[in-house]
Amino acid sequence: MSPPLLGVGEEEGQSNVTLLGSSSSLGSICQKGLALKERNYMGLSDCSSVDSCNISTSSEDNNGVGLNLKATELRLGLPGSQSPERGTEPCPLGSTKVDEKLLFPLHPAKDTAFSVSQKTIVTGNKRGFSDAMDGFSEGKFLSNSGVKAGDAKETSRVQPPKLKDANTQGTVLEKPSAVNEASNRAGSGAPATKAQVVGWPPIRSFRKNTLASASKNNEEVDGKAGSPALFIKVSMDGAPYLRKVDLRNYSAYQELSSALEKMFSCFTIGQYGSHGAPGKEMLSESKLKDLLHGSEYVLTYEDKDGDWMLVGDVPWEMFIDTCKRLRIMKGSDAIGLAPRAMEKCRSRN
Amino acid sequence: MNPTLKKPRESVNLSELTQSTFPDEVLEKVLSLVQSHKDRNSASLVCKDWYNAERWTRTKLFIGNCYSVSPEIVARRFPKIKSVTLKGKPRFSDFNLVPENWGADIQAWLDVFAKVYPFLEELRLKRMAVSDESLEFLAKSFHGFKVLSLLSCDGFSTDGISSIAAHCKSLTELDIQENGMDDISGSWLSCFPDDFASLEVLNFASLNSEISIDALERLVSRCKSLRVLKVNRNVTLSQLQRLLVRAPQLIELGTGCFLPDLTSRQYAELESAFSNCKNLHTISGLWEATYRYLPVLYAACASLTFLNLSYATIRSGEFSKLLTHCPSLRRLWVLDTVKDEGLEAVGTSCPLLEELRVFPADPFEEDIVHGVTESGFVAVSAGCPKLQYVLYFCRQMTNAAVATIVRNCPDFTHFRLCIMNPGQPDYMTNEPMDEAFGAVVKTCKKLQRLSVSGLLTDLTFEYIGRYAKNLETLSVAFAGRSDWGMQCVLEGCSKLRKLEIRDCPFGNAALLSGLEKYESMRCLWMSACSVTMNGCRLLAQERPRLNVEVIKDENSDDSADKLYVYRSVAGPRRDAPPFVVTL
Repeated sequence: MSPPLLGVGEEEGQSNVTLLGSSSSLGSICQKGLALKERNYMGLSDCSSVDSCNISTSSEDNNGVGLNLKATELRLGLPGSQSPERGTEPCPLGSTKVDEKLLFPLHPAKDTAFSVSQKTIVTGNKRGFSDAMDGFSEGKFLSNSGVKAGDAKETSRVQPPKLKDANTQGTVLEKPSAVNEASNRAGSGAPATKAQVVGWPPIRSFRKNTLASASKNNEEVDGKAGSPALFIKVSMDGAPYLRKVDLRNYSAYQELSSALEKMFSCFTIGQYGSHGAPGKEMLSESKLKDLLHGSEYVLTYEDKDGDWMLVGDVPWEMFIDTCKRLRIMKGSDAIGLAPRAMEKCRSRN
Repeated sequence: MNPTLKKPRESVNLSELTQSTFPDEVLEKVLSLVQSHKDRNSASLVCKDWYNAERWTRTKLFIGNCYSVSPEIVARRFPKIKSVTLKGKPRFSDFNLVPENWGADIQAWLDVFAKVYPFLEELRLKRMAVSDESLEFLAKSFHGFKVLSLLSCDGFSTDGISSIAAHCKSLTELDIQENGMDDISGSWLSCFPDDFASLEVLNFASLNSEISIDALERLVSRCKSLRVLKVNRNVTLSQLQRLLVRAPQLIELGTGCFLPDLTSRQYAELESAFSNCKNLHTISGLWEATYRYLPVLYAACASLTFLNLSYATIRSGEFSKLLTHCPSLRRLWVLDTVKDEGLEAVGTSCPLLEELRVFPADPFEEDIVHGVTESGFVAVSAGCPKLQYVLYFCRQMTNAAVATIVRNCPDFTHFRLCIMNPGQPDYMTNEPMDEAFGAVVKTCKKLQRLSVSGLLTDLTFEYIGRYAKNLETLSVAFAGRSDWGMQCVLEGCSKLRKLEIRDCPFGNAALLSGLEKYESMRCLWMSACSVTMNGCRLLAQERPRLNVEVIKDENSDDSADKLYVYRSVAGPRRDAPPFVVTL
C-alpha cells in the first residue's frame, strides 16, 4: 500500500504539500519528488487510498460515543486526524510526526508545531482530494480548494455539527456520515452542497431572510431589469484579434475604461505598470497610461446610425443604449477627434 | 436596609472623617448626577451611606441577565426607577442555538413594576420573550410610558404594537428591531390617536407589513420633534419624498425601498427633499438600492456619520462614488458585494472611520469565491487608523494580513472576525490563524470584545490569556485543541465577563478550571463541546451561587450538549421549561 503523494504543493514551492494515505512513507516520497507519477495515480484511485486511510483511522479510534458510526464514515483524514472534540489528542503516530515536520517548512520551532502540521495535513488532505477531482488546475489550487477544503473538513473534522434540519435535536451522529459520503461521491462534479451548520455563520435571522429575498430581486433590478448581458465587440488598432465586453458590468465610463485598459494591455509592448508593480517594462508604461486618456489612443464607438462617435459625451445610460461596438483608435487615425479627446481628458483629469 | 441609619456601628477609620460633613441630601444630589450604572455600582459599595443614597437616586436600571436577579429584589432595593433595560436569552439564541420557549418572559417583571414603579417611562428589551398580552398590560399599566425598544425579542405580533400605539399617550419612542414577531398587519400605525404628536423616534424598519402611508404622513406632520424615522421596505421612494418634506429636521433616516421607479421630476423632488435635510447623521434602509438612485443622497451626506448599507447589494463602483460624498463617516455597515475595491474606497474616502461592519450577501453560498478578502480589510486599516470596532465576514484570511491590520489600527476595542468556513487555515501558508489573533491581542491593548474564527490551536488561547487583559467578551467557535486552551483564557483574562463557546474540544477539566472565575462573570455558554453532565454537576455543587443549566439533546448519554452558567442572587429559575435541566 504505497500511498500516493500528491506533490502538487511541491511545485508551488512551499508548505502546501497535500498528503493522502497513511503515514509511514510520506516523508521519503515527498522528498524524492515523484510528484508527477504520483499525481496520476492519485487521480485514478484516490478513493481507495482514502478508504485505506479510513480503515487505519478507525482502528486507532478510541472514542467513546459514536464509535462505530465514525468508523464507517467515509472521511478524508489521516490516521489520528480525529474530530478533536472527543478528547483524543492528535494521533501520536511517531512516524507521522517526524515526516510532517520535514515536509512543512514550519516557522521557528514551536511546541505546537506537531499539532499545527497535523491539522495542516488534514487540510491538505481535503485539498488533495478535491484537487484530484478538479483535474489539477494548479493555478487555482490554493484559492479554489481553500474554500472546498473548508467544506469537507468542516463536516468531517468537526464533531458532528448539528445539521440544519427540521429537528435540530435529532440524532446527530448519523447525519454527518451521510453528508460526508455525499460530498465524497459528488466531488467529481460540482462541489457537494455543504450541510449547513446550525447558527453558522453567525447572522441573525432577520438579516438572513432579508438578504435571501434581496439578492433575488437585485439580479433583476440592478440596472438590468432582467435583460441579458450586453456584449459588444471591442477592437483595437493593431491588435490581432478583437475582444468582447459586457456593458452591463459597468456603471460608469471610468469602469469601462479601466477594464479595457486591462484587457488590451497585453497588446502593447511590455506590461502594464500603472498599479506600481515594479520590475515591469518601463518603456511602454507611459504609452499605456495614455491609453484612452490622451495622446496615443482614443476610444470611439459606433452608434445605432453607424456613425463613429467619441466615447464620453453622453450619459452612461444613453451610451449603453446606443453603442453597437467599440474601437480603440490610434491617435494618429483620429485626426479630427484626437485634440478634442485630449482636451476632454485633460479637463476630466 | 434602613435609609435613616447614618452612623454604622463598626466604623472604619476613614468614615469618621467623612460622615459628619456630608448630609444625605448633598450626597444624593451628587449621586443623582452619576448616570453610568457601572459607576453607580461602584459608588454603592463605598459604605452604607453611599449605598443608601445611591439606591434612592438611581432612576435607570440595567440588568444584563434577567435571571441574575429577581424583580422582587430589584423592587426592594431601588424605589425610584423610571427606565429599565433588560436582556434575556443567551446571545447564541440569535443563531437558533436555543430552543423556543426557553424563558426570559417579561410578564413577571411587568407584574412587579406595575405595583412598584407606576411611573415607569422606559423599557428596553433585548432577547426577551414578550407576548401581545404583556404589551397590552404595559400600555395600560404605565400612564406616563414613553419609550419602548424591542430588539431581537420574540413572541408578540403587530397586535401588541397596536395596543402600545393606542394607549401610550405620551409615547416618544417606538423602536422595533429584528424581532421574531408575527407581522399580521400594518394597522398598528393607524392606532395612534389623531391628536398624538409626541413621537420622537419611530423605527419599524424590520416589519414587513404594509402600513397606511397616509396615516404615516399625518403622524410625521404632527410630530414636530420627530428626529428618528426608519420605515420599512414597503415605503416607496415617492412616498419617502413626501415624508421627508414633512420632516426635514430628521437626524436619523431609514429609507424604504430604493427601487428606481420615479419620473425625472419625482427624482428631482426627492433630491431636493434630501438636500433640505441638513441634520441627517444616519442613513439606513436602502433596500434594493442601485447605482441609479444613490446619487439622490449625495446632498444629505455631508454631515453623515453613520451609513448603514447592509441591506443594499451595491457594487464597488457606485459605492465608491457615494463614499466620496461622506467624508465625516464614523460608522459604516456594508455588504460584501462591494468587494475589496469598495473597501479600498473606504480607506481612501473615510479617514475618520471608527466602526466597520461587512456582512456577507450570500453566507451559505460556497461554490463561488466572492465577497471580500483580506486585502479589503488591509486597505481599510491603511486608510482608517482610528478604527475601533470591526465585524468582518470573509472567506479567506491570512495571519500576515491581520498583523498588518492591527499594526495600522492599534486602537481596536471590538475585533470580530468571521472566516466563514469553520476551521479554515491561513489560505496562503496553510497554517492556523493563531498568529493573527496573537497579533490582535498583543497590539490592541484596549481590546474589550473578541470573536475568533478559522483554524485555531490552543496557542490562540494562550495568547489571549496572556495578553488580552481588558477583554470582556470572547466568542469562540470550531477552535482549540484541548482543555488547555480554555484554561488559559479563564486564568489569564481578568476582566472576562462573557464567554461563549460552541463546537470546541473543551471538556470538564476546562470547565472546572474556571471555578474561581464564574462568579465574577455574567455568563458562560458552551455548546457542542466535550462537557459532560457529571462535570456540570460538580460545578453546580462547588458553586451554589451559580445557576448551572443544561439543555440536552434527545440522546440520553452523559454529554451536556448546551451548557449555560451564570451568577445569580435570585437562585435557580422557577420558570425553566422541561428541556432545561438545572443542576
